[in-house]
Amino acid sequence: MSREEERHFDVLVIGGGPAGIAAAVRAAECGVQVGIVDDNATLGGQIWRGSLENGPAPDALHWLRSLQKLGVTELSGMRIFDQPDTGIVRAEGFEGSCELRYRYLMVATGARERFLPFPGWTLPNVMGAGGLQAMVKAGLPIRGRRVVVAGTGPLLLAVAAYLHEHGAEIPIVCEQASWGSLARFSAALLAHPGKIGQGIKLKRQLGRVPFVPGSWPVAAHGRERLESVEILRHGRREMIPCDYLACGFHLVPNIEFPSLLGCKIQGGYVQVDEFQRTTVDGVFCAGEPTGIGGLELSLIEGQIAGLTAAGAVASARKLFGSRNKAVSFSRMMDRTFQLRTELRTLPSAETIVCRCEDVAYSRLQGHTSWRAAKLHTRCGMGPCQGRICGPATQFLFQWQPDSVRPPTFPVRVESLASVTEHRGASALQQ
Amino acid sequence: MPDQVTLTVNGTSVSVPAGATVAVAVAIARQACRKSVTGEPRGPLCGMGICFECRVAINGRAHSRSCQILCEPGMEVSIDE
Repeated sequence: MSREEERHFDVLVIGGGPAGIAAAVRAAECGVQVGIVDDNATLGGQIWRGSLENGPAPDALHWLRSLQKLGVTELSGMRIFDQPDTGIVRAEGFEGSCELRYRYLMVATGARERFLPFPGWTLPNVMGAGGLQAMVKAGLPIRGRRVVVAGTGPLLLAVAAYLHEHGAEIPIVCEQASWGSLARFSAALLAHPGKIGQGIKLKRQLGRVPFVPGSWPVAAHGRERLESVEILRHGRREMIPCDYLACGFHLVPNIEFPSLLGCKIQGGYVQVDEFQRTTVDGVFCAGEPTGIGGLELSLIEGQIAGLTAAGAVASARKLFGSRNKAVSFSRMMDRTFQLRTELRTLPSAETIVCRCEDVAYSRLQGHTSWRAAKLHTRCGMGPCQGRICGPATQFLFQWQPDSVRPPTFPVRVESLASVTEHRGASALQQ
Repeated sequence: MPDQVTLTVNGTSVSVPAGATVAVAVAIARQACRKSVTGEPRGPLCGMGICFECRVAINGRAHSRSCQILCEPGMEVSIDE
């Protein structure tokens, strides 16, 4: 898309995962003009990420076909980075930037993995659990490779099962949550029979792969890249040689863009009403940014948002019941996979916390806020804008995130220049 | 589309399955994506365009996120410094 081009939509969806796709499909079915933007090369988001080998995720197929059939404009490989004025956002792709205009905006920006620093976590081949899975789906050979899977959350088992099925050797899956909290989780699952089925399927796929609650990684070792992982298991350290460490500590919502729009954030999530409306007029939010709830909840929320924006309020209301049930599951997950305090002691003085600016743990100690640490050490000031070290320092030091300013992602100078035309004395120039 | 795409990573020729991301090509070439500000080798972390650890120079365009860009024949990829 050329730089000058601008497009108009009744409903513009940011994020091409399940929530965004569901919102786009339901809105388009009501006959309005819909566009959907995603920064990845193809739609699907993370959980529905297609693979080179098998194409789009099977569960996503009928949704993706609906998008096409309904004539929804798909803008892949484009990333929204600013809202220069009400009703206008700007997006940048590899080829250039463009302007997108909307009446209603659907924020469905999903979640990312939470990463916690420990010695050696910056070595190449230490990746997120979802991160490694995404790489394998994108063509990374994994057959015969040894992968330690560690961290916390339901994603670990899903990733381990996927890698195992694709020929990786998984010596262990380390889950930091205790047996006790997992047992309570399993018992509570009885209220959600669908989830039990998924669990049984995963267990079968995993075969003999050992799943060890109450264990976690304490160090990664290697010279140019990862060679082994040291884990703590029942109070004992154990060294496991491996090619990859797939390590993530559950998920954090991507709330940077809704924060920029001025949407109220409560308890770390975008606040929405029963119709998924944020506190900003015309802006809806669905999926993980409103609370980490997984696929099912994202689909329901996306549909409610899409239907409401397109004026089909009665149809939206019919989905409230199923949403309530999915929300209760989401709360249960939060409790089960709460991080244990011992994980705060993982970094040594030299462990890098901010990977963009190489800021070590010892340089952050003694600061009293995220802002002070940023100003004194450049922690969180690199290209990821604190998306990785922010959630880590929130856990390590209880620092609260700052306000968000545009651009919400690093962009090229040409893209910035095109924004300032709108603003006159804009926030960007200040 | 051909089954394999050939490109160069730090001057060395690499073949990857068509549709693979540049991050995968860099990994197959057993190279790091970038050197950190203190000179450490780094590779992909998040795999989804958030962490910027996988950034490389592609056809001279620095700071390109290799995990979100697909390989094309003849692409020249080099480590981001």
